[in-house]
Amino acid sequence: MIELLLTITTLVFAIQAFRTQRLLSAALWLAGVSALLAMLFYRLGAPQVAVIELSVGAGLVTVLFVFAISVAGDEPIAAPSLLPWPVAILLALGAAALVGWLALPLPAAELVAVERPLTEVLWQERGLDMLGQVVIIFCGVLGMLGLLAEVRAPLGQAVAAEVVARRERDLHDLQQRALP
Amino acid sequence: MTVVEIGLIGVLGLLGVGFYGLLASRNLIKLIIGLQILGKAAVLGLLVAGNASGQINLSQSLAITVIVADTIVAVIGMALAIQVRRQMNTLDVTELARLRG
Repeated sequence: MIELLLTITTLVFAIQAFRTQRLLSAALWLAGVSALLAMLFYRLGAPQVAVIELSVGAGLVTVLFVFAISVAGDEPIAAPSLLPWPVAILLALGAAALVGWLALPLPAAELVAVERPLTEVLWQERGLDMLGQVVIIFCGVLGMLGLLAEVRAPLGQAVAAEVVARRERDLHDLQQRALP
Repeated sequence: MTVVEIGLIGVLGLLGVGFYGLLASRNLIKLIIGLQILGKAAVLGLLVAGNASGQINLSQSLAITVIVADTIVAVIGMALAIQVRRQMNTLDVTELARLRG
């Protein structure tokens, strides 16, 4: 029964993350979702993923969110959302129902008798995935460095402004010369 | 109710909440939170499937990949949000329609 309790609390936390106006509270609700999901993962028999979810999802991502919010500011947007909320809820429920319709009824799973240990599956069967992860992390670091680099004077704008100024000066000189 | 059924309820609920967040919010950082919730639903779905079929270790190794990719998506999204805030002085996604060129 503890699983049902965890699931319902997780959903409440996720809804709260979108109901709250302040971004900082939304990030903290998301961290709560991560922590509760980690418990649910443990109950599902996946302790390794639970530990990773707890340390990455509730720890690292929350720190990143707080950093980004402190840089970008936390003022709420007063304007109403693009879609009216009943339409948005209807569309979201429709999408979730579609996924449920595809997944249910559950096919009778044939149980695998002996399962190989996690390290063997992770490094031998799924070794290519680990290579892909290294590439993704590398691309992520490069992308973040490129995006967060300070933009000094945007080159295009400066050149354009200089061209316009020079044309104005020439026009002015021509007018001065033509007047007398 | 078995653990698998409860897990499926969680997957569908998280998918619904994540889709709603993506549709209804205007703030770029709220959109990233919606993407995170969708990624968590995917991880939960993988683990429920592993629990149902008795191959929890295979689904654990897939879930680790999904968590890593999801985190990188969040990092890049937040860097983009900070850059948008610097350039356009707002986090509102509708303001991005002003971009021309």
